[in-house]
Amino acid sequence: MRISARLAQRIAVTILGGATLVTLLALVYIVFFVLEKGLEVVSVDFLLSDSRDMGRAGGIFPTLIGTVVLPLLALSIATPLGICTSVFLTEYTLENRITRIVRFGTDCLAGIPSIIFGLFGFIFFVMTLGMGWSILSGGLTLAVMVLPTIIRTSEEAIKAVPRSYRDVSYSLGATRWQTVKKVVLPNALPGILTGIMLGIGRSIGETAAVIFTAGSSLRLPHSLFDSTRTMAVHFYILAREGISTENAYGTAAVLIISVLLVNLAAYWMMNRFIAKRS
Amino acid sequence: MQLKFSIHNLSVFHRQQRLLKLHELRIPAKEIMSVIGPAGSGKTTFLRALNRMNDLEPDFRAEGQVLLDREDIYQPGFDVVRLRRKVGMVFALPIALPLSIYENVVYGPRLSGVRYSKRLDELVEKSLKASFLWDEVKDRLKTSGLRLSGGQQQRLCLARTLAMEPDVILLDEPCSGLDPISTAKIEEALTELKDAYTIILVTNNTKQAARISDNTAFFLMGELIEVGPTKQIFTAPREKRTDDYIVGRFG
Amino acid sequence: MSIIGEKGVRRILLVTAFSALSALLLIALFIINEGVPFIFRYGLRDFLFSSEWKPAEGRFGIFPMLAASVWVTLGAMAVGAPLGIAGAVFLSEFAPKSVMRIIKPAIELLAAIPSVVYGFIGVMVLAPLIRSSLGGPGLSILAGSIILGIMILPTIMSISIDSLLAVPQSFREGSLALGATTWQGVYLVIVRAAKSGIIAGVILGMGRAIGETMAVIMVAGNAVKIPDSALDSARTLTANIALEMSYATGMHRQALFATGVVLFVVIIILNSLATVVIKGKVARR
Repeated sequence: MRISARLAQRIAVTILGGATLVTLLALVYIVFFVLEKGLEVVSVDFLLSDSRDMGRAGGIFPTLIGTVVLPLLALSIATPLGICTSVFLTEYTLENRITRIVRFGTDCLAGIPSIIFGLFGFIFFVMTLGMGWSILSGGLTLAVMVLPTIIRTSEEAIKAVPRSYRDVSYSLGATRWQTVKKVVLPNALPGILTGIMLGIGRSIGETAAVIFTAGSSLRLPHSLFDSTRTMAVHFYILAREGISTENAYGTAAVLIISVLLVNLAAYWMMNRFIAKRS
Repeated sequence: MQLKFSIHNLSVFHRQQRLLKLHELRIPAKEIMSVIGPAGSGKTTFLRALNRMNDLEPDFRAEGQVLLDREDIYQPGFDVVRLRRKVGMVFALPIALPLSIYENVVYGPRLSGVRYSKRLDELVEKSLKASFLWDEVKDRLKTSGLRLSGGQQQRLCLARTLAMEPDVILLDEPCSGLDPISTAKIEEALTELKDAYTIILVTNNTKQAARISDNTAFFLMGELIEVGPTKQIFTAPREKRTDDYIVGRFG
Repeated sequence: MSIIGEKGVRRILLVTAFSALSALLLIALFIINEGVPFIFRYGLRDFLFSSEWKPAEGRFGIFPMLAASVWVTLGAMAVGAPLGIAGAVFLSEFAPKSVMRIIKPAIELLAAIPSVVYGFIGVMVLAPLIRSSLGGPGLSILAGSIILGIMILPTIMSISIDSLLAVPQSFREGSLALGATTWQGVYLVIVRAAKSGIIAGVILGMGRAIGETMAVIMVAGNAVKIPDSALDSARTLTANIALEMSYATGMHRQALFATGVVLFVVIIILNSLATVVIKGKVARR
């Protein structure tokens, strides 16, 4: 049976469009489902009060602290390291064996599953270095996880700075570092910030690596050596142990909203960056 | 007549290919020398060899001697940063940095350590006046340099270079994208500047060379064919190839 | 800067540049250090192919978990790859540019949702659905595959869109000028041209699927048993590590690290494969 080419195209487009729609709907459904059930539970009280009865009652405030502190620590370590690495790769060397090795290392690091980071963090930070289940262990582990993201986005941002800017700077007698500091980095900043936001977003949602390094204490942490629970971990425990479906939904809702906000901020920044260029 | 540059046996290579071969060239101080020739003749490579901007490209290599005030700038250990402050460059496309007009002009001086804001203000006014841009922008020094028209941006680039108070100004086809009025303004600026600066101007516009330069050097296929006073080059060139190019038999 | 000087700056940057690499080596070192001695002592063949995982009795065969990981991953690919590529083709070749510019970021945004949330939805919505319509416990390989598939969809779609967009416009114009429909141009020329990028995206998606832990724990059932059908409950390698790590000691713990080594090796192989595929495309150009 011969179908005309036009008909074949129409069928194909319908199927393809359908597939796209299904994908979109599935993803949107997930978000709305959680938000619908979860926002019922969320209130200012929920956000700001301590957890009681293993999370069965009360709020999620300690987990909010954990969710803020861990990514903060992670990014404060990963950002300088990541930017320095990408500056080195783009401004200070030509493409040679060293850069290829560094890139390979970065790509591999990016592909490692979070559970392996959890294992590593556990055996290295928690046990060998004796930091115990703590914010410090969790933050350091997350820093390593997020490092490739920072390196990649920073490198892209730096490469996007027009070569002519560098030419001008050098022709005025600037040294390499002066050019980087005064021309390249300031112009790459929005792109770099996008990478940082993406790193934060990823850290917020991370569970496997965090649970084995920062522990799951519901008490308010007072020092870097205290264990803490992030929202993602809290949600996981609530859901899996069947402690409280309601609060699970509530936590999930806050979690999703936080992640979406951070990523939206990243996109907005990226768009401003592109707009400024053109 | 004082010599600013004295060049001996300069060759510039990109990977294995020789882009420029220059036996001898003397560039007098405080005069405008124009460098003419068709595309691909090595003019830009030559210009960039004078402030060692070629060093920034991978796979570029230079051999020979370039004496600036009798110092060989290619000797090992030579301070390239100092060189570039002494020898400024204006590029073909106006490249205003995404900063305010004021910040654009003071970018260079700030790098070499000038902090005193009164001094910076003076420099800004002096440089913008010298590049014939002051009147047009004096009320909006804090606005972005990107908002200026092409011709204004190019004059801004000239001012930026002048703010470094160099000895030499290199210009690589500075008027190629500009309208005639902007071009005239820049030519006027250069003519006034030569009292204080040595100017080397690469141009593909032979009429411009004839208009404003004191000396002219003609390059073809990476070699210096002829050099001499502009009047002589344009009326009675020694080489036939020079004559052919000027007359327009090839471009 | 006058204190450090240009050379100093370069040295500092050089050192930091190796941070990612050192981290990688450190991770490899510690995981291997904990896991490999166990493999040697227990025997690689028994470890990989025995189906008895009874830590209390000192038996550590991970074959059921291996099988589960393979099944779940293949299932996820069967869900994620067709939908992802189909969506990518639609968005880059047929949808108006404005639509693509909204939907692509939207999908990437949705991909940022934490895996635990996906898992939760799987438990609350998908598993009961499967149980009531197809039977079985609901928490199954099928559930895991579907949820994982949805999770890796955005990755595959995003990379495929980028690869398709990178195909020169002249290809499309040339095809149309010869009288072909857009669709014919797409399946005859464009997709073929973007092939290596799309494959790389799929391989990357596969890597993500294999490495996923939390969502799989929540929906796949976690029974330590070689799965017979898609409706069976199963436990993947990653789930096994995560579930038992908190209380494992001694040889048990080492066995879990050894599982980590296996995962590590598989991921590195997959990543290198993806890199080779991409490089092959660049080299051929």
